[in-house]
Amino acid sequence: MIPAPAQGENPTGLRRGAAILAVFLSLAACGPRPWNNPYPPEQRGANILYSAFSSRPKHLDPVRSYSSNEYQFIGQIYEPPLQYHFLKRPYTLEPLTAAAMPAVRYYDAGGRPLPADAPAEAIATSVYEIRIRPGIRYQPHPAFARDGAGRYLYHDLDEAALAGVRVLSDLSRTGSRELVAADYVYQIKRLAHPRLHSPIQSLMNRYIVGLAEYARELERALAALPPGEHWLDLRRHPLAGVELVDRYTYRVRIKGKYPQFRYWLAMPFFAPMPWEADRFYSQPGLKARNITLDWYPVGTGAYMLTENNPNRRMVLERNPNFHGQRYPAEGEPGDAGRGWLDDAGRPLPFIDKVVFSLEKESIPYWNKFLQGYYDVSGVSSDAFDQAIQFTSAGEAELTPAMRAKDIRLVTAVQASTYYMGFNMLDPVVGGDSERARLLRRAISIAVDYEEFISIFMNGRGIPAQGIIPPGIFGHETGREGINPYVYEWRDGRARRRSIEEARRLLAAAGYPDGRDARTGRPLLIHLDVTGGGPEDKARFDWLRKQFRKIDLQLVIRNTDYNRFQEKMRKGNAQLFMWGWNADYPDPENFLFLLYGPNGKVKHGGENAANYDNPEYNRLFERVRNMDNGPERMKLIRRMVDIVRRDAPWLWGVHPQQFVLHHGWYHNAKPNLMAHNTFMYRRLDPALREARRREWNRPVLWPLGLAAVLLLTGLVPAVVAWRRRERQPARRREG
Amino acid sequence: MLAYIVRRILYAVPILVGVNLITFTLFFVVNSPDDMARMHLGVKRVTPEAIEKWKRERGYDKPLLYNAAAEGLDKVTDTIFFQKSVALFAFRFGQADDGRDIGHDIRQRMWPSLAIAVPVFLVGILVNVTVALMLAFFRATYIDVWGVVAAVILMSISMLFYIIGGQFLIGKLWHLVPISGYDDGIDGIRFLVLPIAVGVVSGIGSGTRWYRTIFLEEINKDYVRTARAKGLSELRVLFGHVLKNAMIPILTGAVVVIPLLFMGSLLTESFFGIPGLGSYTIEAIQAQDFAIVRAMVFLGSVLYIVGLLLTDLSYTLVDPRVRLQ
Repeated sequence: MIPAPAQGENPTGLRRGAAILAVFLSLAACGPRPWNNPYPPEQRGANILYSAFSSRPKHLDPVRSYSSNEYQFIGQIYEPPLQYHFLKRPYTLEPLTAAAMPAVRYYDAGGRPLPADAPAEAIATSVYEIRIRPGIRYQPHPAFARDGAGRYLYHDLDEAALAGVRVLSDLSRTGSRELVAADYVYQIKRLAHPRLHSPIQSLMNRYIVGLAEYARELERALAALPPGEHWLDLRRHPLAGVELVDRYTYRVRIKGKYPQFRYWLAMPFFAPMPWEADRFYSQPGLKARNITLDWYPVGTGAYMLTENNPNRRMVLERNPNFHGQRYPAEGEPGDAGRGWLDDAGRPLPFIDKVVFSLEKESIPYWNKFLQGYYDVSGVSSDAFDQAIQFTSAGEAELTPAMRAKDIRLVTAVQASTYYMGFNMLDPVVGGDSERARLLRRAISIAVDYEEFISIFMNGRGIPAQGIIPPGIFGHETGREGINPYVYEWRDGRARRRSIEEARRLLAAAGYPDGRDARTGRPLLIHLDVTGGGPEDKARFDWLRKQFRKIDLQLVIRNTDYNRFQEKMRKGNAQLFMWGWNADYPDPENFLFLLYGPNGKVKHGGENAANYDNPEYNRLFERVRNMDNGPERMKLIRRMVDIVRRDAPWLWGVHPQQFVLHHGWYHNAKPNLMAHNTFMYRRLDPALREARRREWNRPVLWPLGLAAVLLLTGLVPAVVAWRRRERQPARRREG
Repeated sequence: MLAYIVRRILYAVPILVGVNLITFTLFFVVNSPDDMARMHLGVKRVTPEAIEKWKRERGYDKPLLYNAAAEGLDKVTDTIFFQKSVALFAFRFGQADDGRDIGHDIRQRMWPSLAIAVPVFLVGILVNVTVALMLAFFRATYIDVWGVVAAVILMSISMLFYIIGGQFLIGKLWHLVPISGYDDGIDGIRFLVLPIAVGVVSGIGSGTRWYRTIFLEEINKDYVRTARAKGLSELRVLFGHVLKNAMIPILTGAVVVIPLLFMGSLLTESFFGIPGLGSYTIEAIQAQDFAIVRAMVFLGSVLYIVGLLLTDLSYTLVDPRVRLQ
């Protein structure tokens, strides 16, 4: 409602102004795009997937990158020889650029061939022969650009040539070439490059023949580089363990038997690197402009990075030279019912472009997801109740509000484990004595992880029964899969053993009622953690309560991550919390976390509990080199039973991933091992556009209301001002 | 005046050395070079050899402040502190520990910060001064009383509330502007409207109260009474005389922050997805990237000193009685 004009104002003018405003607002409301659309108008209806990143990736060089927020970019660009099947579970490797799965041959110490079933201890060397498919080409890139005479256009850029160059695309000419086996060899050599600090170099030193020596050779070669020379041409430095057989074939020689190497062949560490790219990016002028191989990937994958501003936006676009791949025609049971096989046999990728925007906070991300401006979202704790509810059977399902928007939910248990570990070097909780074992078991029963998952993880996790998470060979479900020292099988499900039983174990360990039977003093357990936010306080209170259930006193020592790591390295912690994400879906990648020679204090390894059981160690040394099969399963069962009995960890939680996506987003099956999943996803941009318009019509009455309020506020002010200006001066009394 | 400026610049040198030393000490009290290496090399599979190599390549294998093993002047110069600090005075920030050029990043990120901070600063001053003058004009009336109450309420509310509330109402509920994001050029304006509005509104409370106090102090002076006695309108008195004479305290608060505008705002930029400098230092602290931390602290200190100098210089422009010698 427009207020009546004040006396002395021009009513016709006011009405005219109001009418113009109304027409303008109506026109704007009927306009072609919602006002709150954060994307440019030219992207309307385009086949673009919208995603976000909250912190800038540290490395995009495949030899350095080792985290999921980096793999979401480079996994689409770099193509190692192998990949994980998109749909099959358990996770299955298949060729990517390789023509077939690698042929593995074994040799004894004398270099004589051994049969495939030769015992691991007889194998001195394994040779992986990988043949890649001909005809695969790199994305268009300036590193390959040549002039008519075949000279590289951008390999010797001086400052004059770089004037005006701010980003890679400012170098307008591009070229490409065929992928060859030498590119894979070049990349393996880069693992040892002293300036690159590959995180897996030390691991690979143990397996790839000659890699450690090669690193030392490169150190010397780098030191001998003439002044002004910045590029070390690795082609001139042969690596003993890697052999180029022909244009499309190469061999990697591995010390001993290491079946897990095939999983590494599906990781970007073993993706190809053309020497031209290494040469191109080594130029100091480009480095000064932040144009480096660490920021501008060069690959053969389905996408290429066309905009790279880690402070703002990253854009992947379809690689015009992509060799092509087809959507899989087989999966696991149930995939067809969920529409995950509808696109079987269709050429990939479906999506033209992926836009990642910087979105540091979860609240704006979630709101934009609800408005249709992001296609996929996780579920933050803030939004959990709005999105998810649990059925009476404990199953997670979407709330009616989410269903009304045709939002879908997919869940997957991650190949990760978050555990609480005992320092086995500690005189109280550690060691191999029955006393300490019973104490650890009592604590294992008392800390109720079912409650933890319910309170602190919104039900997004499953209590771990052992070291191997679901989806990994060796994990068992049902009665056979429970940890009998902490759970019992009743009414068809695992139930945590009673607190009374925990108390009995504690008493048997020599701590009746939580006191040392010899001294009578209460037993204090020290837990080292990191974090100090309000949520952590609640978690710490909960943990103290768990220990109080068996009359133990828990002292929580909260430190920053640096100090925490230092304590762990020195073995100064008693009880600690940590986690592990799988590198690859093999039980070895979890079982090694309790392998004695991998202990953190003595060997600087990942065995933070410093657990060292000779029988377990012996079994591990056999299991790690075995192929999956009944024999391996039998040994893993034995290993799992040993560590359940010894209880060096409270086995903790395997977290569960909840992902929401809109109805226009298809083939949403989570694959937590594969890195190149964007090419399998499909969108319905027309439906998305319609939904965005429907959900985001501008609400204009607040603008009108604001104008009215401003006017109604101004009018009395003007009137008062006029009155004051016109009133005669008054004598101040007194 | 030139002598004054030169003297102030010379004074700045020990201040900057001191700031640098304090930053250095605080940083390395919390983080050791080993911690930094571990953070940059990743959590998994980091070997002691890799840590040593990382430190050696970046010069973090030297003693922190004093090199007892060195000879002569090298005892001081062959240290992490000296090696990492000297280049700063030539404004050569070098590379971040992840290899990115810091100067390039700063140049790239300062513009989005300025795109928010400058309008917030200018519109904020305009709005705050206008509202404060209005309250001064209606002093001792119900408008003044309720205006001050509103200002106290506005300044008592957390910035976070303004941001989340603004995003909820204007972006989510009314769909008038994007909730977050950033773009260059004209199309970028729609991303700026909400953060600028939030920045201005969140500052109205404190700004208005501050300026109102200044104006009320001026308004009771003799020259104002004289101006009124000569028959000048109240508007003329306020804008022509009171505002002009209140400029010194206004400039004291305003000019000093001008150079710091490009450092951005952490909260605003984080919630609105603005790729500015606001979070650059915090991210660097979290990533234990000393190269960025020292560069940003140094730059902040330089800008603050410049701001103070500009403030002093601006006094001479608004008050002819002030002379800088």
